[in-house]
Amino acid sequence: MSVSTLIIDVTLWGSVLVLGFIAFRRGRVVLTSSLREGTMDFINIVPRIALGVLGSGYIAAVIPPEVITGWLGPDSGWLGVLTAVIAGAATPGGPVVGFSIGAVALKVGGGPPQVIAYVIAWALFAFQRLILWEIPFMPARFVWFRAAVSVPFPFLAAAIAMAIGRP
Amino acid sequence: MAELLPKDPAPADDAAEAEPRPRRKRKPIGWSMIVIGVLVAVSATLVWRRDGIDGVLEILTHDLTLFGGILPRVFAGCLLGAFIAEILPHEKVSRSLGPNSGLKGLLIGTAFGAILPGGPFTAYPVASALLTVGADFGATIAMVVSWTLIGYGRAVAWELPILGPDFTLWRIVISLPIPVLAGALGRFVYVRMYSKGAP
Repeated sequence: MSVSTLIIDVTLWGSVLVLGFIAFRRGRVVLTSSLREGTMDFINIVPRIALGVLGSGYIAAVIPPEVITGWLGPDSGWLGVLTAVIAGAATPGGPVVGFSIGAVALKVGGGPPQVIAYVIAWALFAFQRLILWEIPFMPARFVWFRAAVSVPFPFLAAAIAMAIGRP
Repeated sequence: MAELLPKDPAPADDAAEAEPRPRRKRKPIGWSMIVIGVLVAVSATLVWRRDGIDGVLEILTHDLTLFGGILPRVFAGCLLGAFIAEILPHEKVSRSLGPNSGLKGLLIGTAFGAILPGGPFTAYPVASALLTVGADFGATIAMVVSWTLIGYGRAVAWELPILGPDFTLWRIVISLPIPVLAGALGRFVYVRMYSKGAP
């Protein structure tokens, strides 16, 4: 187990303990009813997460990273930003994949505004994260609404990057 | 007054505190899950056609390991969400993160998302709990977007080592206004989409 996952687990379970203690101070009923609610949520969510986790491996396997890198291609204008945003939304896999593709694109001469747009689009609405994490936990209506509302922002970020000439 | 049991109907100074706790509705299997299921089935079939049954099994065993690894964290996230839904006073949350919370609500959502520890297994259950106890779409969008764009967890663990400090810092600086803007846009659209009575 790496240090970062250890830190994540410690902060996570630490927060659970602190909030659990606060609930206990409010009374046993509060504690037991929130424990029951949390457990029911968990039972309800496990099949969805299972579908997402087990399924996203297959989805990732049919979208090879080379395809994504191709979309992050040489076009340095707004068309390049557009394809970068599409590539960000289509990128499967965890944080390593997304950031690594961005790093490769920078190395092979991709423009920084396009890579900014790519990373931000991927962070905001990569379809796999929507499927794997957001949909199981949150009301689907909220998830699609949030993703739709987020669409302009990779473009805005690219525009800011172009205007200030950074990074 | 915060010491009152939330489900206790006893009179309170703050009348709103006495109203029954909102119960989170368990989600039925919606069309989103069905679409995902179809997508997964199609992808698995493509893998089977390309790599045979071995390819299918290899991915399955890898993902089963992954699944087993994240299950405890998902459980912790569900508990966090449940505690937050139970502990936070509904009235105060609606006031500071509700539809009429203005810019302040969006800023609180942004700050909360930026400091929230853990990964997706904490962010989404907590966001869902906030929606349940009275936060509106706008403030919750600000929180989720802030967590994903300016939260330190992913930036420190992954982005910094892979993309370098120069890129990462500028990417975060450029991202700073986005959570508030996305929350404001969300609120703006939401009010116009669902203005005919609360959905």
